[in-house]
Amino acid sequence: MNLAGKMLFALLLVPLVALAATEEIKLDRAPIDGQDLISLQRGAWAFVNYCLNCHSANYMRYNRLNELGLTEQQIRDNLVFTESKVGDLMKNAMDPKDSREWFGAPPPDLTVIARARASHAGSGADWLYTFLRSFYRDPSRPTGWNNTVFPNVGMPHVLYQLQGEQVLKTERVQGPGYPIEVQKLALEKPGTMAPIGYDRLVADLVNYLNYMAEPAAGDRKQIGIYVLWFLGVMFVLAYLLKKEYWKDVH
Amino acid sequence: MAATEKQPIAGAGPLNGILTWIDQRFPLMQLWREHLAEYYAPKNFNFWYYFGSLALLVLVLQIVTGIFLAMHYKPDAAQAFASVEYIMREVPGGWLIRYMHSTGASAFFIVVYLHMFSGLMYGSHRRPRELVWIVGMVIYLSLMAEAFFGYLLPWGQMSYWGAQVIVNLFDAIPLIGPDLALWIRGDYVVSDATLNRFFSFHVIAIPLVLLGLVAVHIMALHEVGSNNPDGVEIKKVRDPKTGRPVDGIPFHPYYTVKDTLGAVVFLIVFSVIMFFMPELGGYFLEYNNFIPADPLKTPSHIAPVWYFTPYYSILRATTEDFMWVLAVAVIALAALIVLSVRRARVKAGVAAGTAVLLFGFFNFDPKVWGVVLMGVAVLIFFFLPWLDRSPVKSIRYKGSLYKAALAIFVVAFVVLGYFGTQPVTTGATIMAQIFTLLYFAFFALMPWYSKMGKTKPEPERVTW
Repeated sequence: MNLAGKMLFALLLVPLVALAATEEIKLDRAPIDGQDLISLQRGAWAFVNYCLNCHSANYMRYNRLNELGLTEQQIRDNLVFTESKVGDLMKNAMDPKDSREWFGAPPPDLTVIARARASHAGSGADWLYTFLRSFYRDPSRPTGWNNTVFPNVGMPHVLYQLQGEQVLKTERVQGPGYPIEVQKLALEKPGTMAPIGYDRLVADLVNYLNYMAEPAAGDRKQIGIYVLWFLGVMFVLAYLLKKEYWKDVH
Repeated sequence: MAATEKQPIAGAGPLNGILTWIDQRFPLMQLWREHLAEYYAPKNFNFWYYFGSLALLVLVLQIVTGIFLAMHYKPDAAQAFASVEYIMREVPGGWLIRYMHSTGASAFFIVVYLHMFSGLMYGSHRRPRELVWIVGMVIYLSLMAEAFFGYLLPWGQMSYWGAQVIVNLFDAIPLIGPDLALWIRGDYVVSDATLNRFFSFHVIAIPLVLLGLVAVHIMALHEVGSNNPDGVEIKKVRDPKTGRPVDGIPFHPYYTVKDTLGAVVFLIVFSVIMFFMPELGGYFLEYNNFIPADPLKTPSHIAPVWYFTPYYSILRATTEDFMWVLAVAVIALAALIVLSVRRARVKAGVAAGTAVLLFGFFNFDPKVWGVVLMGVAVLIFFFLPWLDRSPVKSIRYKGSLYKAALAIFVVAFVVLGYFGTQPVTTGATIMAQIFTLLYFAFFALMPWYSKMGKTKPEPERVTW
């Protein structure tokens, strides 16, 4: 590299100095699999049981769940609890006025929440998976609950009977040369599920939310493969055609 | 009449009759010859010369997919977000059309930026192609307007607040600003009225303008002939018998087959993004835009889509402190001009202009100057044909000074683009300010540095 090249390279590095990493909460990787129908069905079940009472999924129809290997009858019998018909959208009957009074804000629609919560820290599924496992007891909050991923969240811990109650503990650990304080969640009162089982349930729920955010994602990837094969063949033909024509350009 | 005097068309087999019939009533063969079969393009086009035809491809893609999207999209503040999700979920193949359009928007800018860059490298803006360049710049401006109007339509949080921020820029204009912003929005905030008019601009007004401009761009290009990586005119060396440029080859079939190959490669990259990462890490589809627009909830971090971020960075870099730096830069540039020109009247004019500018710097809100700088950052491209004073066109024969300046400019553009996506911090602002200065220095100092340094002699004919 000549001098100019070196200087340019240095110039490129300058911005990195300004990129002192901003403190971000570490997200756990959501152990989800969009092909796992059992997990998705269990997630759908958890979703209509625990989430759909307060939240809505206004762009999702119940009968689309047939993509998860369920018949219309199974959907009607096991997953539709409201007056809704099986072809209806997953609406919610809660009055926004009430919810504003109870939680400070109407609970957001969850149809595309798994896409909205994505960030450079991780996918939307990672965020949801970590969020749903990070509630802790906090008497200072109106609901009695707080969350390390979403501080001062309006939502109480809906799944606390399953998970049990966590508290936020401050521990002193040996840092890089000096002791530092870290805050850690600890299970104080166990729930009806063992931690490993609760994590699995949340993973299934998040798997479902992730599916619901883009039901066509599976098709998309599958069609994408065919398209790329087709374009691969096109490339060979186009290349040979170009070569054939250009051989007389001297 | 001339019609019957035209020779019948031969060589099209069963189509001879119908083509002859058309040709005697419409300049079909003339257009075919002038723009394809007998349009002589230099034979030494390299990688950078694919992007013109690719831009045309993406334009067609955007128009066709846009037509289908408009069949299901509802330009209504209460229904817009839901109608996009309807397209993504309920319309058969709707997700594919929508992703083509959203990926196509970013692809358009990538292709156009690379197309502009090849012009910068090989001097395609230089005489006699000034008009090709200027029309191209108007296309670029229209494209920015098209993208800006279109981005409001999904009616997500970023759509809404992005539009709010940009329209509010007009507020900063002295005297007429607030009324102008109100007139653009059609309301005191971005609202249903804004959405409807943006829809109208996005699907009718700007596409019409774009199509017309593209036609003019190509006509102007074919009038003067394409430039090439050597920056030498192929028309100078003609075959004495045929009168055709020796280094030119007919656009059709040579570049139609070559551009087909380019299009396939482009479509492969496009498909990889569209089918496997349509959000492209939040750059093509911003994550926050999956939250419906909420006029009462301002997001903590508002960033435009990536293709606007270099200019957004320049806007944000213009703080009160930066005005001093800017003042010094303007004085230095004025001194340079005064020292370089001979005529006293020009010297006086520059001095007076500088004084007015300096007065303005400290008597108007820096926000106003941010908007001005952002505008200048885009419009300054128009002057490139006259700022570049180098005796040679192509970077292949230019001095190392110009090469370094172009490289610094590219780095500045990318770095500004990066900081435009990031939240404001002190460090980020200082970086944006440094690179803003470098961005403008590329243009402002070009008349001087493009003349300096040793150039290599241009070849008589293209290198091949």
